[in-house]
Amino acid sequence: MTQPTRPKLALGPVLYFWPRGVLQDFYRSVADTPIDIVYLGETVCSKRRAMRSEDWLELAAMLEQSGKQVVLSTLVLLESGAELGALRRICANGRYPVEANDMAAVNLLAAAGAGFVAGPTVNIYNARTLKLLARQGMTRWVLPVELSSATLSELQAARPPGVETEVFTYGRLPLAHSARCFTARARGVTKDDCGFRCQDYADGLMVSTQEEEPFLVLNGIQTQSARTFSLLDRLDQLQAMKVDVLRISPQSRHTERIIGLFHDCLSGRCTAAGASADLNGMAPMGYCNGYWHGDAGMALHRSG
Amino acid sequence: MELVCPAGNLPSLKAAVDNGADAVYVGFRDQTNARHFAGLNFTARNAGEGVRYAHQHRVKVFVAINTYPQPAGWTQWQAAVDRAAELGVDALIVADIGVMDYAAEQWPDLRLHLSVQGSATNVEALRFYHRNFGIRRAVLPRVLSLNQVRQVMERSPVAIEVFGFGSLCVMVEGRCLLSSYVTGRSPNTYGACSPASAVRWCETANGLETRLNGVLIDRLEANENAGYPTLCKGRYRVGGRVRYAIEEPTSLNTLPILPDLQRAGVAAIKLEGRQRSPAYVAQVTRVMRAALDACARSPDSYRPEPGWNEELAGVSEGVQTTLGPYYRPWQ
Repeated sequence: MTQPTRPKLALGPVLYFWPRGVLQDFYRSVADTPIDIVYLGETVCSKRRAMRSEDWLELAAMLEQSGKQVVLSTLVLLESGAELGALRRICANGRYPVEANDMAAVNLLAAAGAGFVAGPTVNIYNARTLKLLARQGMTRWVLPVELSSATLSELQAARPPGVETEVFTYGRLPLAHSARCFTARARGVTKDDCGFRCQDYADGLMVSTQEEEPFLVLNGIQTQSARTFSLLDRLDQLQAMKVDVLRISPQSRHTERIIGLFHDCLSGRCTAAGASADLNGMAPMGYCNGYWHGDAGMALHRSG
Repeated sequence: MELVCPAGNLPSLKAAVDNGADAVYVGFRDQTNARHFAGLNFTARNAGEGVRYAHQHRVKVFVAINTYPQPAGWTQWQAAVDRAAELGVDALIVADIGVMDYAAEQWPDLRLHLSVQGSATNVEALRFYHRNFGIRRAVLPRVLSLNQVRQVMERSPVAIEVFGFGSLCVMVEGRCLLSSYVTGRSPNTYGACSPASAVRWCETANGLETRLNGVLIDRLEANENAGYPTLCKGRYRVGGRVRYAIEEPTSLNTLPILPDLQRAGVAAIKLEGRQRSPAYVAQVTRVMRAALDACARSPDSYRPEPGWNEELAGVSEGVQTTLGPYYRPWQ
């Protein structure tokens, strides 16, 4: 048996609204981690403009100097002409590859003949879609988070040459997007006068059931899972399936340690069981992995 | 503006045709469409009868094949496209790129409409589907304001259809995974949100509890109406208070803004509700037909008749109606 090649590690875009200084400090410390790829940019809400595009490009240059591959991520939900204008500027940046999170970005990047990454909110559910987007210039795709390992296996078997596969392997799952801001709603303010209330919740605002069971997390217009999705204990399977890139989604604490644990497991410095024990306590509401098993996303299947 | 009406079965299709629909939309009895509910939808045989009935009355038939096939189920979606084409329907309503690619290659003369499940909220996304598959019309997700609909219309390469009445999704359609997070089944993968097989109702000392795969969605007091427990319309605890954290159960009603939609150039108004009864279909079709005719005759003096609003309110989810995203009280 040939030794499977080691997947690269990617840090997904920060989904929350962190103050500019906090974000810059965060990426300075990310530069010192063994992460290979860093996705940068605001993907959730176009009103969040604490970081100007020059600020993002400065971070991109700093991370690139530290040996990271930088990808610029685009907005998931585009409604206004202004948002499309900003999208066009990112797609035409000419220096960094772009992660398309909506078909608008796919269209612009394909028309420009630029290679692109299709993010997790571009619906790639079957081989015909995968092949068509590859012909349009897609060089990497991220498996939609609701799809299972069984579906991924079949898509891997049909994958066109030259296309890398990335899997969301750690973090709270982005589940839905709306025109409406649920953080503003919870705080009793309108979207136009939101006062950036989402900045008060570094990891989103918890929604529990009436039985006090943590359920969802509100992050502005985005709704996430309360539980953290983790495939840290499935690294052997991911490697056997020839997955090229593993995505870790940033959280306000422990991200650097989580990157370290993934890296140590991949390089054989620790076992999945040992690393999973170390992870305990780094996800305040516990873990889930049901989607990977073709089950309800919130379910947790134990390994072994 | 064309009136596009829902039909979950043959009696509903006839009710829509008889009450003034310009087009009806239907699905096959499987997970290839986004209203995959027990006992609903058409076999190849009664779809044929439906197409004949509609065409005899000069009403068009659209078939929704608007979920996302995975490799294991691919042939089922392919067969649905072939079946619809062979039935001689007037258009397919599609969401998945692979399905669109197959339909465009195999049946180049068959009209394609982009489903709301295709999740295109802007003109660049529409250009993608137009450029690659020649789609002729798109149904816009129920997240855009009236001004944003106008903006899209100004530069859209395809005709635009919008929702005019019915239950509302507050999340952008085609990219909402809340249902599969809780139940394993989503509109994208299975054609149903918060599927009935996962719903449990239970009378308790705390009131009537509704659960979805065990998760408590809502708790109702004796005097409260129990709507269907769609999970985004449940009451949850957020910031110390129990409330509709995401959305109240309300229905969209665009009667007051039909002239605005007409002036914007909207090609068609769609009514939601393939899962509803033939009586519902007859009623909303009749009201919307009268309203659209009045609006077409004289948009400037058009006013919704009180009787129309009353009739629609009577069949609305949660009894309240709203202009939804078109006018945004929460903006």
